Amino acid sequence: MILAIETSCDETAAALLDGSGRLCANVVSSQAELHARFGGVVPEVASRRHLELIVPVLRAALEEAQTTLDEVDLVAVTQGPGLIGALLVGIAAAKAIAWSRRLPLVPVDHLLGHVAALYLDPPALEPPFLCLLASGGHTLLLEVREHASLRLLGTTLDDAAGEAFDKGARLLGLGYPGGAAIDRRAREGDASAYAFPVARVGGFDFSFSGLKTALLYEVRGLSPGELASRRADLAASYQHAIVRALVEQTLRAAKEIGAGQIAVAGGVGANSELRSVLEGAALVPLELCTDNAAMIASAARFLEPLQPSGYLGLDAYASRQLA
Amino acid sequence: MVFASLSAEETEQLASTFAAALEPGDVVTVAGELGAGKTTFVRGACRALGVEGPVTSPTFTIGHRYQGRVTVSHLDLYRYQGVSAAEWGDLEPYFPDAVVFVEWPEAGAGMLPSPRARVSIEHDDGTRRRITIENSDAILLDQLTRAHTRP
Repeated sequence: MILAIETSCDETAAALLDGSGRLCANVVSSQAELHARFGGVVPEVASRRHLELIVPVLRAALEEAQTTLDEVDLVAVTQGPGLIGALLVGIAAAKAIAWSRRLPLVPVDHLLGHVAALYLDPPALEPPFLCLLASGGHTLLLEVREHASLRLLGTTLDDAAGEAFDKGARLLGLGYPGGAAIDRRAREGDASAYAFPVARVGGFDFSFSGLKTALLYEVRGLSPGELASRRADLAASYQHAIVRALVEQTLRAAKEIGAGQIAVAGGVGANSELRSVLEGAALVPLELCTDNAAMIASAARFLEPLQPSGYLGLDAYASRQLA
Repeated sequence: MVFASLSAEETEQLASTFAAALEPGDVVTVAGELGAGKTTFVRGACRALGVEGPVTSPTFTIGHRYQGRVTVSHLDLYRYQGVSAAEWGDLEPYFPDAVVFVEWPEAGAGMLPSPRARVSIEHDDGTRRRITIENSDAILLDQLTRAHTRP
């Protein structure tokens, strides 16, 4: 059984994956029950929050899988990229569990983790494929030739797609998380009402900051009453522009490298328009789109574990290693 | 000192001239509303410091670190309500031996080290931006005034 821990950003998460690839537990700290149990309304953006949650989350995962640490034979943990202090909480916990039981440990790259969510069943995808990985912090096009081998084809040059959703929602006076709020409101609107620009950048890169500014200019010219009546159309048109940018670059890249299979991972992969437009694409199940530890456990199956002598000095990394 | 920029390219250019004299240990705060061009400004500054890859918004990731001629830290406090002692503990490692840019610095009031310069970017008419740079020494603005003063 693999025990995996993920603490790279806001979520404290733990998961258990058994030898047959069955997900036995997947606990994420923002889940409603945990939120209620630990009383976090506006979570502090700090690793102290991870420190408070890591043990309860690990306990909840073991409970959910109805198992104990005795059944764990491999520990996996996110090593980066992310906020160093946050990553170190997960790494320290993973080292402590692994060392005390003399278990091997696998450090996992967070971005490889998002891709590896596709190896879980469903959709149980096998390489090679082209992966669009879009979240709040990252927007990447990756050629996946083998389970743990990613080649970077393109990236955002300014804002990530998930950030574009979030800040768009703020400009429109919609709630948080912005992606879900825009997705909901867009369903009542006309996506052709506004012609927002789709940035054309070189290679397979993306740019979303011009789009955000275009929305700002539209909103700035409206009275509160006008904004209220146009909000759904603005949300639909704005979402459509983001999705179009993602889809156009993905299809262009697929054609260029001759990819037979396209896949979508990361939080923006939960967007309903994106999911419906990319026909035939392999999709991560909704609950595994945003940060979680199940994807880290999945990735660990394809990486070389470190033995106890090799991981005590393991450190976190802040920036993306993929280049 | 107040400057005008008519495009993202001009903002990058201005930032690049401004940043040429920055040194590790310098902190620059970059304030302004959504879409004002804060990340654009930091990108231009990073180019002058020898950073070549994408310089992207750290809103969700909170901190980026780039290696140029010097180490550059790029922080974003957009998602902070304030900065508690515990939160400062996460931000502090980005400061030593680096040129540090902080977007949305308001939440860090009282916690951030005192900046060598404060940049604030405002939307003006159309696509025009007003860029105000306040600093504590003359060296930074000297070059800038010569290169970017408009009639």
